[in-house]
Amino acid sequence: MKIRPVILIPFLWLALFFLVPLTIVVRLAFSESAQARPPYRPAFAWAEGWPVWLEKAKSLSLGNFEAMLEETLYIDALLSSAGLAANGTALVLLIAYPLAYAIARAPRDRRVLLLTLVVVPFWTSFLIRIYAWIALLKPEGLINYALKSFGLIDAPLPLFGNHLAIVIGIAYSYLPFMVLPLYATLEKLDWSLEEAARDLGATRLRAFWRVTFPQTLRGLIVGILLVFVPALGEFIIPDLLGGSDTLMIGKVMWSEFFGNRDWPMAAALAMLLLCLLAIPLVILRMLEDRRETA
Amino acid sequence: MRMSRFNIVSLVFGIAFLYLPILIVMIYSFNASKLVTVWGGFSTQWYRGLLANKPLMDATFVSLRVALASALGATIIGTMAALALRRHRRFVGRGLFAFMLFVPLVLPEIMTGLSLLLLFVALDWDRGFWTITLAHMAFTTSFVALIVDARLADLDPSYEEAARDLGASPLSAFMRVTLPMILPAIAAGCLLAFTLSLDDLVIASFTSGPGATTLPMRLYGQMRLGVTPEINAASTVLIVSVTLIVIVIAWLTRRHRQA
Repeated sequence: MKIRPVILIPFLWLALFFLVPLTIVVRLAFSESAQARPPYRPAFAWAEGWPVWLEKAKSLSLGNFEAMLEETLYIDALLSSAGLAANGTALVLLIAYPLAYAIARAPRDRRVLLLTLVVVPFWTSFLIRIYAWIALLKPEGLINYALKSFGLIDAPLPLFGNHLAIVIGIAYSYLPFMVLPLYATLEKLDWSLEEAARDLGATRLRAFWRVTFPQTLRGLIVGILLVFVPALGEFIIPDLLGGSDTLMIGKVMWSEFFGNRDWPMAAALAMLLLCLLAIPLVILRMLEDRRETA
Repeated sequence: MRMSRFNIVSLVFGIAFLYLPILIVMIYSFNASKLVTVWGGFSTQWYRGLLANKPLMDATFVSLRVALASALGATIIGTMAALALRRHRRFVGRGLFAFMLFVPLVLPEIMTGLSLLLLFVALDWDRGFWTITLAHMAFTTSFVALIVDARLADLDPSYEEAARDLGASPLSAFMRVTLPMILPAIAAGCLLAFTLSLDDLVIASFTSGPGATTLPMRLYGQMRLGVTPEINAASTVLIVSVTLIVIVIAWLTRRHRQA
């Protein structure tokens, strides 16, 4: 067969810049850290070949993964990340559902414009969007300033440098990820069903809850996954908005890497994060399959 | 159809939540006072300050050079990858090829950054401008491929077949028929790669070395110290430029859909 450059060039590129780096991370996760440059002792050397690798595989360093289980720091960080990501997702949902619903019920010619309005801020720098909230939430920031000048509070509310600030940051950064899948399911709904429920005497709220809401569950699940999963590994949000004592797995990984220079530990944490990521992707895939067979 | 009051409130609240924080940053970049909460009158002094801020200007130029070089590279490889996938239904390792092309779209940045840094360490390359550029190429290639692939998917193959029937060589049929038709998608992919590179903090932090600081890295360092009108001004410049690029991308992809 003829070798085609149009296949070969991107293939080699992807192998070098995706596959090889990923294997290095896996290899590093099973290595021990060392006081050297680079700061680790490799578990496998490339030159040794398969027989030696197989031999070594039996005595792999699982130290990083054992440390993850033993040291409460990592488990605490994971639990606290999950809690913050869950709260953030809940806040996103609270804002995104009514918004997606309203867009879906807007006149047809307005919907694209409204949807574009939701997506555009997502394009401006992530960093700047987080930064914007520092100015709002700080003790001497605009929200506290406004509340104080209206005489509603005497002392500034603790809005910044805590979990609340992180939850707001997550909600703000990931809102479009929830609005889009929800809108996609709401837009296809047959509204006459809700009208029928209303005609039969259901209140507006009851008609929504019993008829419309159950039909949007798929979009809801997709949205929750799209927000929760990246929020779990978030680093910039807790670093800029949270206090110095905030534990999040992305932040722990960052400090293992840049602060403690424990590269193998950072790699092991990255692998853990990747495995956690794979779970929702599999769930999404299963939902897709079910829709196709249904 | 009239919208209920509840729906209008939801819309106004949602849109305000999205836009107010950014608008406040932009408004306060014209604040004459250095304090965040006090409005001291209109002034453009912080914008003039930006031009005089040498580290910031240097970082801007590094970012622009990285974005330009990586976007061009990613466009070439991403377009080739999309063509390879669409044009060749069967080749050895096609599944692996598609996997390697599209997984980076969902990989956390922190993972991409870490793995690429480890590659550069293993290869013993000096970290700096070129490693950031290569890293940005690596993660934006997939986005370019995604956009070009979408365009190729709804392209009618009979145009190129007609050109071949009329005696054009495969290369000339591609260059004179297919390429002009997918050019808007390629341009959109290139601009997308450019914006993604301009915006990236995490991957650049991992793969940069001494002497190569990008604009987001510089801004991040300053943001950790607090809110200043100068960062507001720099943010405003960045927001406006990126918004303009996004409008162009939207225009390019819209045109091809109508064509």
